[in-house]
Amino acid sequence: MDVTASLTEPVTGHPDGPEPPPDAGAYLDHAATTPMTSAALAAFVEHARHTGNASSLHSAGRAARRTAEEAREIVAGALGARPSEIIFTASGTEADNLAIKGMFWGRRAEDRRRTRILVSAVEHHAVLDPAFWLAGHAGAQVVLLPVDTEGRLDLDALRAELAAHHAETALVSVMWANNEVGTVQPIHDVVRIARHHGIPVHVDAVQAVGQLPVDFTASGADAMTVSGHKLGGPAGVGALLARRDLPLDAVLHGGGQERGVRSGTLDVPAIASFAVAVRDAVARRESHAARVAALRDSLVAHVRDVVPDAMLCGPDPRTDPGGRLPGNAHFAFPGAEGDSLLYLLDSAGIQASTGSACQAGVPQPSHVLLAMGVPETAARGALRFSLGATSTPADVERLAAALPQVVERARAAGLVGGGHA
Amino acid sequence: MKVLAAMSGGVDSAVAAALAVEAGHDVVGVHMALSRNRDQFRNGSRGCCSIEDAGDARRAADVLGIPYYVWDLSETFEETVVADFLSEYEAGRTPNPCVRCNEHIKFEALLDKATALGFDAVATGHYARIETREVTADTRGRVPGPAGAHAPDGPGASPALLVRELHRSPNTAKDQSYVLAVMGPERLARAMFPLGGFASKDEVRAEAAKRGLSVSAKPDSYDICFVADGDTRGFLRDRLGSRPGAVVDTDGEVVGEHDGAYAFTVGQRKGLGLGRPAGDGRARYVVDVQTSTNTVVVGPAELLSVNRIAGEKAIWFDGVLATTPGGSSSADSAVPTDAGGWFDAEVQVRAHGTPVPARVRALPASAGPVPAGTSSAATPSDAPRSAASPSDVPRSDALRSDDSPSGTPPSAAAPSAAAAAPGGAMEIELTGEPLRGVAAGQSIVAYRGTRVLGQATVAAAWRA
Repeated sequence: MDVTASLTEPVTGHPDGPEPPPDAGAYLDHAATTPMTSAALAAFVEHARHTGNASSLHSAGRAARRTAEEAREIVAGALGARPSEIIFTASGTEADNLAIKGMFWGRRAEDRRRTRILVSAVEHHAVLDPAFWLAGHAGAQVVLLPVDTEGRLDLDALRAELAAHHAETALVSVMWANNEVGTVQPIHDVVRIARHHGIPVHVDAVQAVGQLPVDFTASGADAMTVSGHKLGGPAGVGALLARRDLPLDAVLHGGGQERGVRSGTLDVPAIASFAVAVRDAVARRESHAARVAALRDSLVAHVRDVVPDAMLCGPDPRTDPGGRLPGNAHFAFPGAEGDSLLYLLDSAGIQASTGSACQAGVPQPSHVLLAMGVPETAARGALRFSLGATSTPADVERLAAALPQVVERARAAGLVGGGHA
Repeated sequence: MKVLAAMSGGVDSAVAAALAVEAGHDVVGVHMALSRNRDQFRNGSRGCCSIEDAGDARRAADVLGIPYYVWDLSETFEETVVADFLSEYEAGRTPNPCVRCNEHIKFEALLDKATALGFDAVATGHYARIETREVTADTRGRVPGPAGAHAPDGPGASPALLVRELHRSPNTAKDQSYVLAVMGPERLARAMFPLGGFASKDEVRAEAAKRGLSVSAKPDSYDICFVADGDTRGFLRDRLGSRPGAVVDTDGEVVGEHDGAYAFTVGQRKGLGLGRPAGDGRARYVVDVQTSTNTVVVGPAELLSVNRIAGEKAIWFDGVLATTPGGSSSADSAVPTDAGGWFDAEVQVRAHGTPVPARVRALPASAGPVPAGTSSAATPSDAPRSAASPSDVPRSDALRSDDSPSGTPPSAAAPSAAAAAPGGAMEIELTGEPLRGVAAGQSIVAYRGTRVLGQATVAAAWRA
């Protein structure tokens, strides 16, 4: 988190714990990435000291393999899965790609008619983009399932689509909770409807694990994505949980690791650290969620208080407390540009996000907000505030103190610059 | 000061940002995204707007330890610079997109947004100097205009004033004062050119290397950033469509055909596609582009030379005219004029053109110069437009022949305070050699030595 840290400067010491967020600022972007826990960092450092390829048969290899398999058991235990269902990947994005492409190819190999991919309109780009890539390169048809104004999937649209086209449907993919507006999806209903037609379901649970109760087997899903750095583990590691009977083709071919669907030498330190983080995040989930939800409610109240015309996007926690992720708040500030808001907040020591993808650094109006019916002009001025383990009431107060002037100034700038005010 | 450093991804703007940081300013780097479809823009060494350039700018900002943002100005860029480029060519005029970009993007959209966000200044990597001069009201005798209309009340009556002046860079090869002059005094007050003192590009590269900026060896960019492959004529054809028409000589006889008159430049010699030489065997040049009839007129070189130029949309810097709209200049510090309001200057009609001596005066818009006639001529310019920098090779042009022919120069009018209002005119009489390659739509910049006095858009040019 030290913004001045440079690889070209000498390392002055060994870290023995996670760096806190910059003490001069309020870090409100935990949904982008959240600090590693001490235990996860310790596990990473410890296992990085050891040599050993988990695929080797000698003693060093066996030691590495033992660590990786223990990690697999820990992740499986924490998430209600069997160890053999855990496929370690190098990121949540990789796990999503493996799920969408691997399930599409596997299901279509069983029956050539299965070309339809059903995804919610508010999925992460790691799901949407592989689906549209398959449309462009492999004859897939992508069906974007609509959401309501709070970002919740329209189950009737799913029912109608499957009633009409179940024989041609390869898979359904719906996220457990949305990364931008935090909306929790009715996953159990999605699974029940799809199961009725025999269609496998992939669930992107990257934002959910550690904040919501997530049990893979109980969910009935056929595949589920998890990522390390959203829950206190390192970036560069994730997993796809996949039932053994799920048709799943490989994306990465090579040495045949991970059931042959994800070749590549296992990154044992990252996997060990990831497992520790998943275990601890799940164990602490209830108290953590209650704490960040209270902070989030305070943040929402403060923002509404100081900027009365700010639009809360997603379910209102006052009326629907279980409707969104406990650590997520998301507002649109009509008349302000997202990049102006980000700059002004950053100048005030507050780190937030527009929550949506950039194209060459240019914030784009969020497809999630547009799918929810938010006007494009309002969507351009959207900000996500996401809370995590290190968040404090002081962070919220700092935001509340800075926000009125930030929004006022960003609105003034929106009137003169950019040509799309 | 809070300074926004505009960072293109090139070495100049990176070093400018570094110097602003080292001067103690609170600097934020901003890269302007000017095209939604960035494939249209050049990449690598040839342009200024590609994704690679955005990455280079970000890397430089990281090395300098300053925040970095990308601002999407693509809509404004399309609506102003690109639209102006097309409509000007379509009207048979010669636009300079770099001037328009400085006018509408860097020192308007970017600067205004920066100001609204609380920045005090925008720093760019342009090669030009800003000088601040203190003037006092103690020189009653230097009052311009007839009868000393704007005489100050007396010595010491006016407080000391600070006048910001725009000057040429000591790096004459790189000097960009010509394309900056359009910004005018109010915007100059919020601009910083940290490279103003550098006498050579090599020095700038050395400064970049010294700071570990990886762009230190990046090649210079040339050409028009939004014309993907340097093919201006192809770009115009794609955007404006094919419009076949006739090429005629000065007697009106058809001597060839073309694919769109808008794509021709007065003074152009190559690429005319004329099957046979002229009867007298002399080289033929484009001497007029008549977009109303979609006709290209060709003729001998002597038809291309001018010594009178009428400029419109004139801009004057502080301390040039006796009175400026902001009142920030006083008569005593103004450039001295004769009784007719004329002052001596040098004028330049292209980015790296040679300044030529002239008499210049400001006129209010209502007394704008009368366009004069067909006897106009501009000098031959052998280089096709697309072969060189747009700022280097404007379309040499003379007056449109469909403009009212009049052998007389514009009517004389006494200068007044209104002359400094936006939209006033600039009248120019060349006092030395005639100029070659003066096209309607080009920028004309008046200098005195290194100092930029004012700028206007050429409305008409003729031989008197």
